[in-house]
Amino acid sequence: MEFIDYYKILGIDKKATEEEIKKAYRKLARKLHPDLNPNDKDAHKKFQQVNEANEVLSDPEKRKKYDQYGKDWQHADQFEQQRQSRGQSPFSGGQHFGGDSDQDFSSFFESMFGGSGRGRQTKFRGQDYNAELKLNLTDALETRQQTLTINGKNIRITIPAGIENGQVIKLKGHGAAGVNGGPAGDLFITFVIAPHPGFKRLGNDLFTTTTIDLYTALLGGDTTIDTLQGKVKLKVNPETQFGTKIRLKGKGFPIYKKEGEFGDLFVTYEIKLPANLTEKQKALFTELSKLT
Amino acid sequence: MKTTDLIPANEFCTHHHIELSFIHALKESGLIEITSIEEKVFVPISQLPQLEKLVRLYYEMDINLEGIETITYLLQRLNDLHQQVLLLSNRLSMYEGD
Repeated sequence: MEFIDYYKILGIDKKATEEEIKKAYRKLARKLHPDLNPNDKDAHKKFQQVNEANEVLSDPEKRKKYDQYGKDWQHADQFEQQRQSRGQSPFSGGQHFGGDSDQDFSSFFESMFGGSGRGRQTKFRGQDYNAELKLNLTDALETRQQTLTINGKNIRITIPAGIENGQVIKLKGHGAAGVNGGPAGDLFITFVIAPHPGFKRLGNDLFTTTTIDLYTALLGGDTTIDTLQGKVKLKVNPETQFGTKIRLKGKGFPIYKKEGEFGDLFVTYEIKLPANLTEKQKALFTELSKLT
Repeated sequence: MKTTDLIPANEFCTHHHIELSFIHALKESGLIEITSIEEKVFVPISQLPQLEKLVRLYYEMDINLEGIETITYLLQRLNDLHQQVLLLSNRLSMYEGD
């Protein structure tokens, strides 16, 4: 555990007045507060340090203890133990709050002030949590239940079919517990959907390619393709060109929160030319070429 | 809207140690919606997270109402741009790995 220089964090002098501390805190809060930096974990972490520094330095009693034992905080621990053995706390002004809110404070803070002892009685909403959930494309085909473990708690969530890559869902009240009776924060889950080797997705539509032989492309015929819902037989028109795209209505991805509705599947034809021609084939193709 | 979905504004103000005039000022700036029933002002529960955020900006960070309006607008733009980046990156993935 390292010593944390709260004055340095707030960028102030050790002789800073209460007003200067308040001003420094507000200046940094305006820059780093999570309300102003959504999805910025780095800013969030820095703000926690700023908040912690402010908690200590804006409270005259805590500041006094911090200044007294600051760099030698280990001695403060020993001092505290001696005092506790006599049934008296050196930080009698501090209030002790347990629970999840402890994680907002560094070990250093807890060591000096016995847990996240906030001096103020203001109710704070708990911190929001952000989590990422990786899914395969096929996992998002059907509405499914999944149990997540967030900070040791099991949370069962329903993932609606058709969820998109990067989509965020909010689980109200599943963030950190509030402080001083404040409401709990929320849990934001960002879905990361891995690319599929056979299909590309754009919104509710799916895109795939299929290869047909030269003769089917020229003369027409049948071909079978894989869709995410199973195999589908397609009729290939005569004289189908390379790169021809066809649309299979309703064979795409399920539409988010619209049960029974699907996007479309676009199939692009690629034509495989015959290789290793026999002499007879060469002669026939030569004959054909003379006809054009 | 059911009455259980509404919170009396004066209770919210007492709870957060703020002035009722602040709620009215936010409403006039179009930053929140409030409901009046029989001359009593209520805040819809759905507005609570936004209102609490605005309270933090005003009281904790000492940002005035004009600043809050600007920040709210810019945060909305940031969110729109984030959504656009997401959409474009999903589209781009269509052409990656070909």
